[in-house]
Amino acid sequence: MTLLMSHYNYWIVVALMMVGFFIVIAQGNLVKKIVGLNIFQTSVFILYISAGKIHGGSAPILNDSITVYSNPLPHVLILTAIVVGIATTALGLALVIRINKAYGTIEESEIQQRDHSC
Amino acid sequence: MLFATAIGIVLSRDLIAVVMLTGIYGFLSASFFVLMDAVDVAFTEAAVGAGISPLLMLLTLAMVGRREKASRSRNFFALMLVVITGALLMIGTFGMPAFGSANAPAHMHVAPRYIEQSGTEIGIPNIVTSVLASYRGFDTFGEVAVIFTAGIGVLSLLMLKPAQRKAPLSNVAKHHKVLRIVSKILIPPILLFALYVQFHGDYGPGGGFQAGVIFAAGIILYTMFFGVDVAQQVVSSAVLRVLAAFGVLLYGSVGLVSMLNGGEFLNYSVLAENPLTGQHIGILVIELGVGITVAAVMVMIFYCFAGQQNKKEEAEE
Repeated sequence: MTLLMSHYNYWIVVALMMVGFFIVIAQGNLVKKIVGLNIFQTSVFILYISAGKIHGGSAPILNDSITVYSNPLPHVLILTAIVVGIATTALGLALVIRINKAYGTIEESEIQQRDHSC
Repeated sequence: MLFATAIGIVLSRDLIAVVMLTGIYGFLSASFFVLMDAVDVAFTEAAVGAGISPLLMLLTLAMVGRREKASRSRNFFALMLVVITGALLMIGTFGMPAFGSANAPAHMHVAPRYIEQSGTEIGIPNIVTSVLASYRGFDTFGEVAVIFTAGIGVLSLLMLKPAQRKAPLSNVAKHHKVLRIVSKILIPPILLFALYVQFHGDYGPGGGFQAGVIFAAGIILYTMFFGVDVAQQVVSSAVLRVLAAFGVLLYGSVGLVSMLNGGEFLNYSVLAENPLTGQHIGILVIELGVGITVAAVMVMIFYCFAGQQNKKEEAEE
């Protein structure tokens, strides 16, 4: 029971990560694959942020009345990672649009069929 | 709740519903970050995860269609693979420190130094900002460069032709007076708030990344209601391209100036007589650079997507 209470955050991360992983490998639709990658990415964010949490800690903004702060380092890393993430997602979506233009579809199986037939 | 939303995304075949769920997912994770004391991160996630990213996906869907075809062939194999990987990762978590414990290895190294020393070394209350802009300034420079590169990538994939047509109001704005007026009332406060977040980042949660995203969201809102052509008269894409590069250059040149003053690259202490003032100036300027680049790249990406959409409509007509 103590193990359940103290490790549940990692299990949520693993579950989310696996959902994202499943979408990426099992779904043929390219837009949905990108959504899956996003979920995978968020699970990593949650892992980092929950690792930085300290019980009884406060947000890392200095104030004389506070003695315990949560770890600021993961916040910095994830903050930039989110913005970089949206930039790369946009790049992925742009690729999807170009693929749709060239093939007329965004289903992986249909794209492969067309590649083999010509 | 996060998990339930994620499952919904897997099961849904309607891609519009998937995008809406993504927005909810972004919002939920933002509130989770607030609970975890990561206010700066929550700021960014709320603007990005619940705002810009679903918007870009919707625009993509408008071009590629919303229905997804069923593909059942490899599902069983994929499920097995996922379950096995998940189980292995679960076993791995037993070696991890307990959640919220103050003695976890992650809190033993550099972090205590940041918490104890940054107040006297950098002189600003928000530790996240001082770590981001000063201690790890080199990293952040790299990240800004990555965003800039992604912007160039999108630009080269979906090159936007300069608009030659007259610029009529888009259909949305014509037919929805309420929306138009509400957006006109809302946009100035959004932009003002972005500036506040930008320059108050030293003292409260905020900084260049958040401000850039919020500012971009304001302009994107304007674009959505009044059309790309009208928005381009306010902020043209040529100006955006220059601004995106200018932000990165501003960041880099702060580093060079500090080298000329006899310090290391991005060591702001040498920028002024008093090291603390130097740090203040350095952080303010590079955060401005970050904000400019992020806002410019986001709006640029949005213009590219929306421009594609317009082209498609013309082709259909």
